[in-house]
Amino acid sequence: MLTRSLIAGLALTFLSGSSFAATEITWWHAMGGELGKKLDEIVAKYNASQDEYKVTAVYKGSYPETMTAAIAAFRAKQQPDIVQVFEVGTGTMMAAKGAIYPVYQLMKDTGAAFDPKAFLSAVVGYYTDADGNMLSMPFNSSTPILYYNKDVFKKAGLDPEQPPKTWEDVESYSQKIMSSGAAKCGFTTGWISWVQLENFSAWHNKPIGTLQNGIGGMDAELTVNGDLQVRHWTNLKKWQDEGLFQYGGPAGGNDAPPKFYSQECAIYMNSSASRAGVIANSKDFEVGFGMLPYYSDVQGAPQNSIIGGATLWVLKGHDEAEYKGVADFFSFLSSPEVQADWHQYSGYLPITEAAYKLGQEQGFYAKNPGSDVAIKQITLNPPTDNSKGLRFGNYVQIRDVIDEEFQNLLAGQKSPKDALDSVVTRGNKLIADFRAANG
Amino acid sequence: MQTKRTVFGNRLLPYAFLLPQLAVTVVFFLWPAAQAVIQSFQREDAFGLSTTWVGLANYVDLLHEPTYLNSLKVTAIFAPAVTLLSVGLGLVFAVSLDRLVRGSRVYAALLVWPYAVAPAVAGIMWWFLFNPTIGLLPYLLAAVGYRWDHSLQPTDAMILVVIAASWKQVSYNFLFFMAGLQAIPKSMIEAAAIDGAGPVKRFFTIVFPLLSPTTFFLAVINLVYAMFDTFPVIHATTGGNPAQSTNILVYKVFVDGFIGLNLGSSAAQSVVLMVIVVTLTVIQFKWVERKVNY
Repeated sequence: MLTRSLIAGLALTFLSGSSFAATEITWWHAMGGELGKKLDEIVAKYNASQDEYKVTAVYKGSYPETMTAAIAAFRAKQQPDIVQVFEVGTGTMMAAKGAIYPVYQLMKDTGAAFDPKAFLSAVVGYYTDADGNMLSMPFNSSTPILYYNKDVFKKAGLDPEQPPKTWEDVESYSQKIMSSGAAKCGFTTGWISWVQLENFSAWHNKPIGTLQNGIGGMDAELTVNGDLQVRHWTNLKKWQDEGLFQYGGPAGGNDAPPKFYSQECAIYMNSSASRAGVIANSKDFEVGFGMLPYYSDVQGAPQNSIIGGATLWVLKGHDEAEYKGVADFFSFLSSPEVQADWHQYSGYLPITEAAYKLGQEQGFYAKNPGSDVAIKQITLNPPTDNSKGLRFGNYVQIRDVIDEEFQNLLAGQKSPKDALDSVVTRGNKLIADFRAANG
Repeated sequence: MQTKRTVFGNRLLPYAFLLPQLAVTVVFFLWPAAQAVIQSFQREDAFGLSTTWVGLANYVDLLHEPTYLNSLKVTAIFAPAVTLLSVGLGLVFAVSLDRLVRGSRVYAALLVWPYAVAPAVAGIMWWFLFNPTIGLLPYLLAAVGYRWDHSLQPTDAMILVVIAASWKQVSYNFLFFMAGLQAIPKSMIEAAAIDGAGPVKRFFTIVFPLLSPTTFFLAVINLVYAMFDTFPVIHATTGGNPAQSTNILVYKVFVDGFIGLNLGSSAAQSVVLMVIVVTLTVIQFKWVERKVNY
């Protein structure tokens, strides 16, 4: 069954290749809906700006679907020039040395104007090798922030202009919100793994794995069962039992947004790229924005948060003319005007300093309060080994393991320590499998 | 046994007629199946850049993998539960309808309807109905004091996927039972009625035994359905969660292969599934053939 669908996918890719006078460049991406329309607009603008190259953007479905499609196409030698891969796929892409054309190499070979220093270090750090070389082109990066319901805060007698700063605040505010009857629950969150474990650790300057969270090499192992992580998961379980916290489901948390939109929960943690969606869905109340909470007694917190989202990887197996076009297109994509436009429209981070500056000059952040919380948060301090990012093989499955063990915790089947210990054991097994297959 | 015989003038002609079908079978079934068998003995990175032969290691790993054993257990609960529920309800509906004098056509049409709904759509519909935050059923259950939460409680999640997977299959079973009931001679039932047997007695001594070939056929078909075709239902409702409590074998093949890109293990799992379906098919043919001629 598995192989059968692969073949069907390959048959389709055979049909999609055609030739134009201009050198054609294909880009497979995972941006549906409004974001997809914006992306098409950017591509159209690029194609109109010159006539040497023609970029064709193809929507391939979700992130995992896009990545799988590109891999299947590569195996059949029908790969696109550019593919958009989500951050947790980085380990897999990096290990495929024979399949990827590192961006720094591409820019050097084609002689395109390219300055890696122009990019925000908190963004690029996630995608560089041990020597600091940029392997893929950042495109859409986000980081989790805190959203809160100002109306409910007012009703509960809290200052609506003050988001909770610490986890102690989150707890006491939630108690106040519930006891005053302003809302039924204090807070909810999307992405348990990304927000309440990976970012939580970086924000408190604590490692989640050895060797700079795996960035230093493939021999890294997970260490997420540290004291602070156990303390946090213990609290989350306690808060869930008390009703202060409601679980919004695994992965992105399908059930988390409705809890916030329906004013059931007053505080909500999720990606900064959800900003437009949150504002559109909360017409009946005013939304406030804040940084992620931290434990006030932890030394070094808050540090800086880490990113999520996706980057553009270039695949090997095409001719030089196409790669020249790819380099040219990348220069266009990272220009301040394009970046600022994409960032302001989508809620993703501006990935270059220049794009951020341009937004400030345009007065965008003054007009749209809260739109710069994310960038302030990732640049709060220079990234440390614990807050640069993370890179482990098979991380897509490790994220699932984290969700599963969190479910075991909330369902009362495991203690916080046992749940996190299992994450480490099962995760390290997956990392070892990956090493064996890619060694 | 009398069989129809067509004589072809040319010896090659019958093969030419068979060719398109054979080609389809080879290209879309035999070749991919062979690929899966080969892959199951290999360990390979996602891009196919390095391949090593590992013999039976992928199979041995499966036996030592707690999540795979869990998936076997989950399937062993899920598949019989779906079969029992959908065959049972199909039978109840068919028998009730058989006794109906008026409006039976309308009811029959309504009962067949769910079969026309795409499984993914059905899955989404049940997901909405049972959604702990916005769903109708948890709201009603809360009124009787039950806190429904399939995002965390394994039992709730299992109940949800069993109902969602059985729902549309009831229509299918209903149709077969309807046909089966019409084949039972009315005179036999009437004779029993004259002898003083009530409806319940008549059902258990005449109707149900005479329906047994249909029942057996449906049991096998539904078992195969529950094990292999319920992928969209799981995908649209629980995604195998919480904590893998609804991660049935066929869904695990997908997750490990397509999301996890662990092709060797995924292929080994497909081969195991293939063996199971072949076994079930053999059993079905042997039994149905024996049972159908009495």
